Amino acid sequence: MTVTESTDTDRTARPKRSGADAATAPAGAGLPAWSPEKTGLRSYHAPRWDEPLIHALSTPGQRGMLVPAPMAALPDRAPEAAVRRDTPVELPEIAQPQVLRHFLRLSQETLGADLNVDIGQGTCTMKYSPKINERFAGSPLSVGTHPRQAAETVQGTLQILSELQDCLAEVSGMDAISLQAGSGSAAIFGNASIVRAYHADRGEGDTRDEVITTIYSHPSNAATAKTLGYKVITLYPDENGFPDLEALRSAVSERTAALFITNPEDTGIFNPRITEYVEAVHEVGGLCVYDQANANGLLGIARAREAGFDLCHFNLHKTFSTPHACGGPAAGAIGARSHLSQFLPGPRIERVDGMYRFAEADPCAIADIRPGHGVIPNLIRAYVWIRALGAQGLREVSDIAVLNNNYALAKMLEIPGVEAPYAPSKHRVEQVRYSWQGLTDDTGVSSGELGQRMADYGFHYWTSHHPYIVPEPLTLEPTESYSRAEIDEYVNTLADIAAEARTDPETIHSSPLRSSIHTVDQDATTDPDTWATSWRAYRRKYLAESFTAPPRWTPAEDLPMRERAPKAHHR
Amino acid sequence: MAELPRLVHPYIPNSAPAVRESMLSTIGVDSVEELLAVIPENLRLDRDLDLPPALSSEAELDRHMSRLLGANRPAAEAISFLGAGTYDHYVPAVCSEVNGRAEFLTAYAGEPYEDHGKWQAIFEYTSLMADLLEMDVVNVPTYDGFQALATSLRMAVRITGRTRLLVPATLDAAKNARVRSFLDGIAEVTTIPADPRSGTIDVDWVAANLDAEVAAVLVETPNQRGAVETAAPRIAELAHAAGALLVASTDPISLGHLPAPASWGADIVCGDIQSLGLGMHFGGANGGFIATHDDERFVYEFPSRLFGLAPTRVEGEIGFVDVAYERTSLAMRDEGVEWVGTAAALWGITAAVYLSQMGPEGLRELGETVAANTRHTISVLESIPGVEVLHSQQAHWREFMVRFPGRDAAEVNAALLSYGIFGGALAREVFGSEANLEEAVYCVTERHTASDIDALKHALTEILG
Repeated sequence: MTVTESTDTDRTARPKRSGADAATAPAGAGLPAWSPEKTGLRSYHAPRWDEPLIHALSTPGQRGMLVPAPMAALPDRAPEAAVRRDTPVELPEIAQPQVLRHFLRLSQETLGADLNVDIGQGTCTMKYSPKINERFAGSPLSVGTHPRQAAETVQGTLQILSELQDCLAEVSGMDAISLQAGSGSAAIFGNASIVRAYHADRGEGDTRDEVITTIYSHPSNAATAKTLGYKVITLYPDENGFPDLEALRSAVSERTAALFITNPEDTGIFNPRITEYVEAVHEVGGLCVYDQANANGLLGIARAREAGFDLCHFNLHKTFSTPHACGGPAAGAIGARSHLSQFLPGPRIERVDGMYRFAEADPCAIADIRPGHGVIPNLIRAYVWIRALGAQGLREVSDIAVLNNNYALAKMLEIPGVEAPYAPSKHRVEQVRYSWQGLTDDTGVSSGELGQRMADYGFHYWTSHHPYIVPEPLTLEPTESYSRAEIDEYVNTLADIAAEARTDPETIHSSPLRSSIHTVDQDATTDPDTWATSWRAYRRKYLAESFTAPPRWTPAEDLPMRERAPKAHHR
Repeated sequence: MAELPRLVHPYIPNSAPAVRESMLSTIGVDSVEELLAVIPENLRLDRDLDLPPALSSEAELDRHMSRLLGANRPAAEAISFLGAGTYDHYVPAVCSEVNGRAEFLTAYAGEPYEDHGKWQAIFEYTSLMADLLEMDVVNVPTYDGFQALATSLRMAVRITGRTRLLVPATLDAAKNARVRSFLDGIAEVTTIPADPRSGTIDVDWVAANLDAEVAAVLVETPNQRGAVETAAPRIAELAHAAGALLVASTDPISLGHLPAPASWGADIVCGDIQSLGLGMHFGGANGGFIATHDDERFVYEFPSRLFGLAPTRVEGEIGFVDVAYERTSLAMRDEGVEWVGTAAALWGITAAVYLSQMGPEGLRELGETVAANTRHTISVLESIPGVEVLHSQQAHWREFMVRFPGRDAAEVNAALLSYGIFGGALAREVFGSEANLEEAVYCVTERHTASDIDALKHALTEILG
């Protein structure tokens, strides 16, 4: 059903005038009774620019950038003149201020962690990315460097990378670090590749064809292993929320290549028996790989080494503060014990006679995961963050991340209709996966809809990874960066919305009401006939424009069309 | 374990003692340690981390970092002929401005509501790339050109059900290793030899080796030697006749001068967007694009997220949606296509700003300037005794191969450095240890001037004289 644009009943305009008393205020004109403190819900509306697509800004003849003239004109008979295209590329024509204004408007319609209390994106460790770090990541002294320039001309960067390697080796307890992977998932892929290379090197590449992971570990642990050809065995939780140890013991065999596991898992419950899992896998000759996406509560407290892991990885955009950038660039660091260090991708940095340089890669090393030496701007940011905090600071990060999380847990559990499944009265590490099932049963309002309503108050809210093993999930990770008042505001807003679900579920069903746009019809355009994956696709499908038909592959008549999975959505 | 002195750090608000105490009291414990009691002793680190001392004040931190970075001598400030995967194209100021915006920089996985602007900006990135590439479907960027190529070739295997790939000999060695590793156990990769006359694909060899097992032929143009694959349309014709796909790898910035690969028959086009306003960053700024026609056989094989237009419940209002999300590992774990995760979204937005500013005329001029600068530099170097330019009759764009007969190119580079010049990338580093020690890959962009080339000529004349 299509409705006209509606506005929310103004639930935030309640009087909040506890601080000033009309009787003591000066007579006559001036300020009304008012308090600088905000005690109720925030009166918020997202920026709404109603900004057209960039293509609509095109005006023939305008341009946003001029280009240097050639050193010398290209001779007509030069080979390069013969390959010159016949027609100009089809791009919009827009002057520079209009390009800037357009993208700034879009930036305003984006709710970054710099603006909101971003505790609602559990597992992702949305912490403060210090502004000072931007100066160095974006310094011309870094941006202007080329990965193949002589080592003697780039000693500053090499020293940063070398010291970062050493810091991460100490934080993880591992013997060697690779900084090359471009993200957490790329680092997991790197670790799965190392597992494959290790077993192949021992002549067991063909027989060890199974990887074991857990349902509460990131989906990329399962997906990268599968991409590399492994059969994936996924362990489900026992009644305490831990991966079923007996199921692991019956799953391991001479076919086991590795266990990929997180601790704490996305429930935030630390698994104190983790060494038993590690030992069960080691006993059959498999490797143990620690996905340290959830490391923010454990810095300086518990490490991969002491738990017996062979490999691990950190997401530098989570624990080590590099900004999430709308979904990358990120950075991943792989840690290996000495028996696997020769397989690490990309060059290590060594110091010889006071000069830093790249060491020759070991012949066993897996193929480079990405070009160059890693996502340098993020490696610089992570290094600066560690240097700003030092050993005590890192420990304080974890202490306060744990404190904030358990504080939020205590406050959350006061809300009727929410619970924290598993280990009901236990403390958690750095995050909690909650369930709104009780509220949903009472009201019909889903967790995803609560998230849409949170957008009306300037908050971001994430449910969890799929599948939703915890029903109607919400994962909160308050990190060390948020003040008590901010955590209170987030939880109080959730409490208010949960109450609203009981009194006025229709408002929640129709939310967001104060966001940049309204509820998207998730099913209207995700089929081959209807999807519009670009402006060009829209023009072809919906405006009946035709484009030159280039030569292209056509499938043989007997090539079967593959079966597709049932429709799924982001939330 | 000794109690650490309490640190109230500016990044950690609740480390203020009174706040901390009151929060502990709300939880009902006496210490943070009590919250961590579940972690057994044998897993505990029984000492402080051994890290360099903290530079807790921002002033100290700034001084330390300025000193460190000050030890760099950036290629961008020298006369540099380094390319080979990382290119010194000019980064417009508006690209940097948008890339640094706090909202974009610190957003993450928001929905189409609170992050509407992010969804629109990324959709515009894919749309501008679609315009440039003349294809309807472009992914939300993956990590880099290595991953984009590796995935494109696996897509070809999945789409055709065939298991052999023909890949040119002229690839960057690291990219080649990455691609082959990704195809290990999936497809047999056969190397297409280069034609010694042109430095490009040996078309006769392709014609002789295409059969019903071949899933795709890869054409990279310009190739890593800088040569334009002028026979690409013929190769596409041969591939299609054999039922194989044509996968093209290219740098999108070259398309102001060269025709879009789709126009001559490419079915999957991929590459890296580093040139589109990202900057060099010591080789650490990349995003991978994959583009196809709007054919469901192709679309369902993308591992990346794909953003599409969608109606909202308000008439006339348009929002955004994940297209065929069920393909992804985020929806299906190991039942999804490869995997998807955090990759390069903000670089995509930055590239959208670049393409919006350049427009058709800016890209055309840039393409012409680079083509002309490339030919001018080839001509100047060919005039220097002791310098050979390989395949100089072939069309090149931005890069070309130089040989110093009887001289190790590394020694030539060392000598050039004393003139303040960074010589071209060594062939042995770009193409692997088998490559000729006398050869290097030279690169010029729109940032080079005629006086840079004069300086190179002067230096080489002295060094080789």
